[in-house]
Amino acid sequence: MNGFLDIQDLSCGYGDGFRVQGISLLLGKGSFAGIIGPNGSGKTTLFRGISGSLPLRSGRVLLEGNDMAQLSRRERAQRVAIVPQFPEAAELSVEEYVLMGRLPYRRRFRFFDGKEDVEIAHHYMQLTDTYRLRHKSVRELSGGERQMADIACALAQQPRLLLLDEPTAHLDISHRMRFMNLIRRLNGDLKLSVMMIVHDLSLAAEYCDFLLMMKGGRAFCQGTPGEVVTYEHVERVYDAVVIVKTNPVSGRPVVFPVSEEWLGGTLP
Amino acid sequence: MKRKELRWSLSLLLLLTGLAAASALSLGTGEVPVRMGDLPRILADRECPEYGILAYIRIPRTLLGLATGGSLGLAGAILQGIYRNPLVEPYTLGISGGASLGVTFAITTGLHLVNILFLPLAGFAGAFATIFLVYALSLGRGGVSVNRMLLIGVMISFISSSLMMFFMSVTSAENIHGIVFWIMGSLNESNGAMIAAMIVLSLTGLGAAYLFATPLNALRLGEERAAHLGFDTNGVIRILFIITSLLTGACIAVAGVIGFVGLVIPHITRLWTGSDYRILLAASFLSGSIFLILCDVAARCVISPNELPVGVITGVAGGVTFILLLSEVRRKELQSKKL
Repeated sequence: MNGFLDIQDLSCGYGDGFRVQGISLLLGKGSFAGIIGPNGSGKTTLFRGISGSLPLRSGRVLLEGNDMAQLSRRERAQRVAIVPQFPEAAELSVEEYVLMGRLPYRRRFRFFDGKEDVEIAHHYMQLTDTYRLRHKSVRELSGGERQMADIACALAQQPRLLLLDEPTAHLDISHRMRFMNLIRRLNGDLKLSVMMIVHDLSLAAEYCDFLLMMKGGRAFCQGTPGEVVTYEHVERVYDAVVIVKTNPVSGRPVVFPVSEEWLGGTLP
Repeated sequence: MKRKELRWSLSLLLLLTGLAAASALSLGTGEVPVRMGDLPRILADRECPEYGILAYIRIPRTLLGLATGGSLGLAGAILQGIYRNPLVEPYTLGISGGASLGVTFAITTGLHLVNILFLPLAGFAGAFATIFLVYALSLGRGGVSVNRMLLIGVMISFISSSLMMFFMSVTSAENIHGIVFWIMGSLNESNGAMIAAMIVLSLTGLGAAYLFATPLNALRLGEERAAHLGFDTNGVIRILFIITSLLTGACIAVAGVIGFVGLVIPHITRLWTGSDYRILLAASFLSGSIFLILCDVAARCVISPNELPVGVITGVAGGVTFILLLSEVRRKELQSKKL
């Protein structure tokens, strides 16, 4: 089989300790995949393995048929962009920050930003509605604005694959939905493939078209949201009591937590 | 982006003018004052009595101030970029401690009596041994841990100062005087070849640092993101670390321990040029030169005809300026928050 992103039996980890093992995944172009699983289940480690910042113990990551391990750092940076969970806030203006995304394309000892680079940066700043903030310092942005600036920087890399590490964790519901809608648009308009670590299962089920559920460094199950987000799976992976219903508009699963005080005897 | 290039050119022009003015002041100040207007005439006339003072004392001294001040400012700017920690300077990493220990050892054992060049060599060797030790001890899985390096540097500083006290407690009073004088730092160096070497090294260091201006810019986002932007962060950090070590080791070997320039100058420079390394490297170099030349002028004037160690002036002047600037920045922040 030959997909856009083909992960074959990936294993990677740190030293002798924790590792991610036996992950296989096949994604088409322009797909939106969610990675779910409890804290410490290896989601961020998997991202490091895919982006090539952590060497693989075994397995391969093929992006458009190219083995990521065979590519140079620059070539990888031109193909995969990653937005980390807690990006450091440097003392930069938003415009300077987004322009950093053009560095993988800058010729080695070229000194100034090219006209084309500035245009590309401006384009993605407009797309993410951060152009109006371009002279503001990154440190002065609100959480939602900061998130958009991070995305603009990653998009300026013009990647084929965008990896997002829990970008919605500290956003309110309005910013969360705005963010997810933006990613959906990028999927459609730019044919950009996105993998995203999400903690909110309902949000993941509503927006993603493919989910990978991880537990203890391994893939617990994967498939469409309907297949993956069931109460049996959630209870086994998260060790939490939940009820899963269906969103009447989208038909996607929605997860409801159940408080301990109702569990007296009515529920199994 | 034209505005940025214009702003950078203006900053550089301003700093070069400042450097010219500071140098002229340094050449004119001393027991025999020389008016600025007379400089060209005196330098053209070898018979003139002031010619010797200028050519053999003040010009070498000013050039040494330019080279060491610039090197220390540059080294500080690079290290603060690698560590993303504003408190890092060449001396926090134990480099000065190691160099001082080397010199103390040389003086105590009488090596400097064999050949006076052993003194700077011992300083250089001490600096390099420390750097090697700090680097080797902080090597772990997957490269060097930056925080570990910092802690080990501070610890090595403590160890070297303790060993230095040990040497000083067992040696003669005359030797102690020599050690203290050297540690305090001075631009009074009569060996022309060493001054020339220092100038060449500092300018080479500046050029080499510019090859890494872009990776340094990327490192502002953190090591992991710089790696995601396609840079070999471990390799870049290693090379930059070697460059700064060479610069600092040479400065200490030639001029002794001159603290604070590497800490304060990049910081102040960053406040007005911004954090972009394409301008910050050159601006830190030039500001360091200006600052050290001016401090040296002050060191010569305050208790004239005697002279103070220039390290005293850099410490006091740098520290006070720094605190004033920080409170000014804080005041502005508070104001902008109220608005």
